[in-house]
Amino acid sequence: MASYSTNEFKSGLKVLIDGDPYAIIENEFVKPGKGQAFNRVKLRNLKTSRVVEKTYKSGESVQAADVMDIEMQYLYCDGEHWHFMVPDTYEQHAAEATAMGEAQKWLKGEDRCNVTLWNGVPLSIDPPNFVELKITETDPGLKGDTASGGTKPATLETGAIVRVPLFVQEGEVIKVDTRKGEYVSRAQK
Amino acid sequence: MPKITKPDWQPTASLANLQLRAQVLRTIREFFVKRNVLEVETPLLSHATVTDIHLHSLATAYHQPGESNTFGECFYLQTSPEFAMKRLLAAGSGSIYQICKAFRDQEKGRQHNGEFTILEWYRPGFDHHQLMDEMDQLLQTVLSVSAAQRLSYAQAFQHYLAIEPHGANVNALQQCAQQHGIDVVVGLAHDDRDAYLSLLMTHLIEPQLGQQAPTFIYDYPVSQAALAKIRQGEPSVAERFEVYVKGVELANGFHELTDSAEQRHRFEADLQQRREKDLPKVVMDERLLAALKHGLPACAGVALGIDRLVMLAAQSHALDNVMSFTMINA
Repeated sequence: MASYSTNEFKSGLKVLIDGDPYAIIENEFVKPGKGQAFNRVKLRNLKTSRVVEKTYKSGESVQAADVMDIEMQYLYCDGEHWHFMVPDTYEQHAAEATAMGEAQKWLKGEDRCNVTLWNGVPLSIDPPNFVELKITETDPGLKGDTASGGTKPATLETGAIVRVPLFVQEGEVIKVDTRKGEYVSRAQK
Repeated sequence: MPKITKPDWQPTASLANLQLRAQVLRTIREFFVKRNVLEVETPLLSHATVTDIHLHSLATAYHQPGESNTFGECFYLQTSPEFAMKRLLAAGSGSIYQICKAFRDQEKGRQHNGEFTILEWYRPGFDHHQLMDEMDQLLQTVLSVSAAQRLSYAQAFQHYLAIEPHGANVNALQQCAQQHGIDVVVGLAHDDRDAYLSLLMTHLIEPQLGQQAPTFIYDYPVSQAALAKIRQGEPSVAERFEVYVKGVELANGFHELTDSAEQRHRFEADLQQRREKDLPKVVMDERLLAALKHGLPACAGVALGIDRLVMLAAQSHALDNVMSFTMINA
């Protein structure tokens, strides 16, 4: 199994710690003029997204994690798995609900997204930062309401619920920021 | 959006910072001229080098004329000019200073570059407190900071971590690290007490030091004496100091060890540790030992990282902002 020495540490590197895959976010070389050198490292657990800090004695090695980011096209959900395809090779991958996480709220057929594979199995899915989705259900806006003022819940075609301004109506397509889960604007026609 | 980076032939420092660097160097030279401290130059290449197990020397090979096919003669690139300067002191130079390049293998980071510039000076007749006074003056002159604070090593550990560093055993140090969020240190030997002290110092204390004014930490554990005199007492301490500005370790100084036999003993202990830890064997400096035997005047000496000093003057956080080129694009 491949491994990385602390001198190869840099942000983005994928390593295996206690059986979990992690990505290095930050690596700092810390050394007193006279004394032991350390690498102080911030890492994100790719399964849980939790960020941890670890200190290594410089010169130590860490196992590499077989983690790859690949752009894929979302195909469909069969109720249990979400299916993705690599556009160039037509190779297909099935993701479980835990790997989908928040992404299941935002994806509809043919959306392109980043799929992180760990040992060839989808580990996490990043939806596009912005998606355009149709409102399938929302209360009618109050008469005379303009761009200002309150918001109301709206259910989107994927089942996600976001808050939209009162003037936005059922059947309209809106642009949503998936990182915040927030309405951005009406979609450009 | 892709980050726009400069082509890599370009200097990493801005022209303004290179001008600032020149200004800092000029100020330092004026400071020592006024104090009658002699500027000297010593070789960067030497037959011998430092034995400290945490300092890694670069080495190169020199060939006599016509000897191009042989392995050549090993020369070390100096990790500091300390040994050569002490030989000058033993030869009667009086107070001396030097601004030169120094080299350390296996050091790279925001505040480390394998090749860097050192200011080192020696004052016969001074102890470490008198040298701290002079360093304080220099920092006020160069960085326009207020007068420095002083904390003994024990006071610093007591104040920031509520632990007594000279007496605490390795378990207590480890527990202290854990209480402050440093869980496991991968690869650290459980009984490496000095490494745990360094861990607490670099991770938990250092970042808080020198925020208002430069801070001196003095009187180190005897196990970290390096080339400092040891003062017997309860506990015994090494008469060594460090200077911190804005959380950056800037300089390391000693009330110098002058005892040749004790110095040889420390070199040999280092070499023994090098053998045990499978570190490269190095040649200890017999000429330094001979000079000490002849007689090094009682003195204090200190080495300061010029690149870090200029970085602080520039209110920057990374050395590459004040170096023309770094190891990456040298």
